[in-house]
Amino acid sequence: MLTLDVFFKEREIFRKVRDAGVITKASLAELYRVSEDDILEVTFFEPAEALKISIKRWVSSAAPGDTDVFGAQQHVPLMSLSFELEK
Amino acid sequence: MDELRILSPTAILGYGFPAESLAEGMANKPHAIAVDAGSTDPGPYFLGIQPGEGGASLAQFARTMAADLRPLIKAALQARIPLIIGSAGGAGGNLHVMGIARLIRGIAEQEGLKFRMAQIQAEIEQSLVKEKLRQGKVTPLGPVPELSPDDVDRSVRIVAQMGVEPFVRALEEGAEVIVAGRASDPGMFAASPILEGFDKGLSIHMGKILECGAIAAEPGSGGDVILGTIRRDHFLVEPMNPDRKCTVRSVAAHSLYEAADPWRLSEPGGTVDLREVSFAQETNRRVRVSGSKFVKDPVYRVKLEGAELVGYRTICIAGVRDPAALAHLDEMLEAARIRTAEQFGDLGRAQWELYFRVYGRDGVMGPLEVESSMAHEVGLLIEAIASTQEQATSICMFVHAQILHYGFPGRTSTAGNLAFPFSPQDIPAGPVHRFNIYHLMEVDDPLVHFPIQMIEVGDD
Repeated sequence: MLTLDVFFKEREIFRKVRDAGVITKASLAELYRVSEDDILEVTFFEPAEALKISIKRWVSSAAPGDTDVFGAQQHVPLMSLSFELEK
Repeated sequence: MDELRILSPTAILGYGFPAESLAEGMANKPHAIAVDAGSTDPGPYFLGIQPGEGGASLAQFARTMAADLRPLIKAALQARIPLIIGSAGGAGGNLHVMGIARLIRGIAEQEGLKFRMAQIQAEIEQSLVKEKLRQGKVTPLGPVPELSPDDVDRSVRIVAQMGVEPFVRALEEGAEVIVAGRASDPGMFAASPILEGFDKGLSIHMGKILECGAIAAEPGSGGDVILGTIRRDHFLVEPMNPDRKCTVRSVAAHSLYEAADPWRLSEPGGTVDLREVSFAQETNRRVRVSGSKFVKDPVYRVKLEGAELVGYRTICIAGVRDPAALAHLDEMLEAARIRTAEQFGDLGRAQWELYFRVYGRDGVMGPLEVESSMAHEVGLLIEAIASTQEQATSICMFVHAQILHYGFPGRTSTAGNLAFPFSPQDIPAGPVHRFNIYHLMEVDDPLVHFPIQMIEVGDD
């Protein structure tokens, strides 16, 4: 399982993003080009103004064919996720 | 006791720590030093390794481990506080515990030290897991398949993550140094607080934040010291290096770390419920945490980790820079794959695997990569896995030779399609393992599978 934790700089932005409902299992499945069943968890965690995403790994960590044992560089598609928020 | 202080010198034993940070930590008069010495993060290699096997054997790391152990043992003994090490040797099997214990005894002899050492084992017999499986007491943890008896038979080593209880027992028996096998990360840090009657939820939550050293600080570091102070209804965390500070952000972030569910931390025997947790900036570098609650599971379960041997790996690394070769790269790789299958047909197709990773195109993200462009040069990593090291090396050499001399259409430079950085080109990389057990097992009590052996070191 790959977990990606996104920390928002401001509580206001965190709340707007959470309430806008733009980051969902469906939108992440499309971004990562995997099936929605593979997006295991999308949770907004207010105490840390964080979004936690868990994705099923396409191959187990360090199993033959893996490209990133620590899952440390798989967050890049998130950097291209863009959407509009209400003011 | 109103408060208890636990020092966490580094994220993983072997990552090191500045001497000044340790000194500052000890000046705060901690009641225990605890350190996590292992993880599944680096993969199953260390769990699967057998005595005398592989280039990256445990002995390779002895110098790094000793460099951390020596100052920690001396500091702990001088202050008359326990040193608690968990998940010894990276994977926490019996071999690993013995290896670290041997290092510690060597240091004790060199330094003329005497102390009581507890060794706690965490390796589990295949027969026990199969019996528990028959009783319906083994369940998948996360998105893994149900365990079968065959899976258990194929495991070369199985460990269970102990909770805090074996550490508490060892402390009760007067251990001054504890070397434990695989343990749940917070256990080493929560043991002293729990022994002294502090709240279990707060103790474990504090342990979870402390276990990664100064990663929970800003700027974060896996090789620096952090101090936890637990009180009756809250705990505090603060880095010992004056150039770092703990912030609400850095500490809360660390509560999320490595957990699927940010609201609940699953631990052996129960869950820490964080739904009412609050993080507050106590000073500009110290954070206060409160509200963590431990909810006991009716059935005590431990996490099992098991590794099976897949084969042996040999690799070859080379660069490709010629634009014409780059344009025909996939064709070359495919042709090499086909020719290799012909050449090694006698081995049987299931007996070997071949992987190409093209760095500069999609080496990092593989099938998830969305960029289609390729850099002006790529790093090609050829990896052969086979039943023996010799077979893997033969295959790797054959593959690299096929690619090196491949005559793609329009080729004008015939010296070779690959730029090798050194000799030899093919590097035997030792055994390949796969995690094949990642399941929860019900146990009758928290201690029964984690035998504790007490040794008086320096008493020969």
